[in-house]
Amino acid sequence: MKMMGIIFSNIYDEHLGEITKERTLASLPFGGRYRLVDFVLSNMVNSGITNVGVITKSNYQSLMDHLGNGQEWDLDRKIDGLFILPPFGTGQKSVYKDKIEALWGAKRYLERSDEDYVVMSDSNIICSVDYSEILSYHIKNDADITIVTHKEQIENKTDVKGVVVKSDTSGRVIDVMVNFNQPGISLCGLGMYILKRERLIEILDEATSYNQIDFERDIIQGKYKQMKIMNYEHMGVALRIDSVQRYFEANMALLDKKTRDEIFYENGYVYTKIRDEVPTNYGSECKIKNSLIADGCTICGTVENCILFRGVTVSEGAKVKNSILMQDTIIGKNVKMEYIIADKEVKISDDRLLMGAPKHQMIISKGKIV
Amino acid sequence: MQKKKKCIAMLLAGGQGSRLGVLTKSIAKPAVHFGGKYRIIDFTLSNCVNSGIDTVGVLTQYKPMELNEYIGNGQPWGLDRNRGGVHILQPFTKIKSKEWYKGTANAIYQNMQFIDRYNPKHVLVLSGDHIYKMDYSKMLEEHENKNADCTIAVIDVPLSEASRFGIMNATDDGRIYEFEEKPKEPKSTKASMGVYIFRYDVLKKYLTQDNADENSDNDFGKNIIPKMLADGLNMLAYSFKGYWKDVGTIESLWEANMDLLSGDSALSLDDNESRVYARNYDCPPTYFYDGSKICASMITKGCEIYGTVENSVISSECIILDGAVVKNSILFPGTVVEKGAEVNYAILGENSKVGAGAHVGEPFGAEKKGKITVLGSGYVLDCGEVAKAGEMLGAR
Repeated sequence: MKMMGIIFSNIYDEHLGEITKERTLASLPFGGRYRLVDFVLSNMVNSGITNVGVITKSNYQSLMDHLGNGQEWDLDRKIDGLFILPPFGTGQKSVYKDKIEALWGAKRYLERSDEDYVVMSDSNIICSVDYSEILSYHIKNDADITIVTHKEQIENKTDVKGVVVKSDTSGRVIDVMVNFNQPGISLCGLGMYILKRERLIEILDEATSYNQIDFERDIIQGKYKQMKIMNYEHMGVALRIDSVQRYFEANMALLDKKTRDEIFYENGYVYTKIRDEVPTNYGSECKIKNSLIADGCTICGTVENCILFRGVTVSEGAKVKNSILMQDTIIGKNVKMEYIIADKEVKISDDRLLMGAPKHQMIISKGKIV
Repeated sequence: MQKKKKCIAMLLAGGQGSRLGVLTKSIAKPAVHFGGKYRIIDFTLSNCVNSGIDTVGVLTQYKPMELNEYIGNGQPWGLDRNRGGVHILQPFTKIKSKEWYKGTANAIYQNMQFIDRYNPKHVLVLSGDHIYKMDYSKMLEEHENKNADCTIAVIDVPLSEASRFGIMNATDDGRIYEFEEKPKEPKSTKASMGVYIFRYDVLKKYLTQDNADENSDNDFGKNIIPKMLADGLNMLAYSFKGYWKDVGTIESLWEANMDLLSGDSALSLDDNESRVYARNYDCPPTYFYDGSKICASMITKGCEIYGTVENSVISSECIILDGAVVKNSILFPGTVVEKGAEVNYAILGENSKVGAGAHVGEPFGAEKKGKITVLGSGYVLDCGEVAKAGEMLGAR
């Protein structure tokens, strides 16, 4: 049975403030050399999917630049491959508000594809899943829609999850909450759905005629009694990025070997755009502890508990701790910094002292000179 | 009609590289790993692309599988073109003969049909076993300006080493009047770099003549160049300044890798105008554990480092475990150095493994440079065993 993929690149942009100001959430740098979209896209490719549409909304230049013709994901194909689907509007309706409207704009693409099933996914979850296994589960249970969930701890009332489900022993969804905030362990949706392509088109037609725009509220919550919606629980690691704090924690989670092995190796490699960087140079005075360092860096100072992206320079005498330094950041001599998220091309002048806090990282926006 | 190309490149990559021993047991020399993430041929291929040459014929013969797979459709170098691009040219059977490439000149002769398709004005002949960055377009410009039949790139070498090279004796304005292959008493220090530009009509004539001569070795250095000189053709020496190294021996391969660490090397890999391209490995960034100690080294992505690395070049996906110490060495991709093992002055082949507590190469502490120890690809040195300095161990 063949599947196609649909990726939503803009959902949840607004939750991350500064770092998604000039890019989509999907093109947010992550894990030293990746962008968030790489994980979902690589999962799809590693599950045998060769036809993927990426739905965009706004600020998607960086995403297009990153994806290019899809060559790095082996999606530069004559038949199928990668399709970037910009907002499709007629008349007054220019930009979509939610998933159903977005999919409505991509209806022609859905109709023209010939795969039997569609995997839809947001791009804010870092995990390693094999969609072909979920498809087998979906077919075995004769489901209308399968929703992928993961057990998560909701800590307090401000910690809101998009979709939370309850299921019976057979796995069938028997209750759906949207924007759920009751502390405790719940089955939280990972924003991934599998359903028949033709069924999806029917759902879109019907929803549009009732002016329904929200896939989670109007379809998953509104129709779980009429339709057979199955819950597929993902047992491995799933890192949800829905705030700056979570973004920081998810990056730091990669410093754990078990997490790293699962995300990067278990279900095939994670592919990303190639920068043709040289290997990283380490000076004679450098000290490195518990850090993930990409190619193309020059490290002469001290680096502890950090994620360093490609092309970062850490000069002599500098001490960088608990920080994320994105592509081409330059740290001057004798700089001391802790709990910093430095966006691309940031330059920190010599002898500066910069401190964020464990629960509140300081963000230095793209291209700034401190 | 296909537009005529001004210049295309023919890259000789069929050499066995027997002096590299176990490292070329199953691959051709140009496919040997270099500088952590490159292979030797990447330098020549990238030079072509960075010089605006978009048509490259790669002539392979010895153990070509891995090299052919590596080059693939040429995409990593931007050579996946509709008009031109990279082409692998292997020996093939003809109606009347079945033969391998007999010499460098014969290899080009057998592929004249390929060159004719592009009908270029000039042909650049290169060898795929040198490490250097060069803009061939400047050499081509001089070749055209001076209306030369053949231009040969030369580099100044120390007089003491000149007898290891093919030496070009030229007048002050660059005209070559004599060529000596490995002379005992060199008259000049201009060594041939194995980079030639020929006017194609001239080359075609000489290759055809050479092929008809049964006593010929069909070699550029031994036959074609001397014949052209004897006939009084307009032959120029083009002086190249910069880093150039023949990595044909274990010693020179080791040295060229170490040159990358010295910092003041003329070979800058990290410059945007003339980047060196390579086929990519899809692995995550390198991870350093709490106990790792790194000093003056170059480390590629995908490694897991628990131990000590000093003055070494580490390729992708290597694992160096607790208490292991790697000094003055080159690790090819996928190498594993287990707990407490020691490696000094060594080249460890692809996917080789040094068992816990084993020792490879010179003992630590000796100040001067030691002999290089080599483990072939896939070789496993068992726990506690010793590979002596200068030893070369092949796959079991």
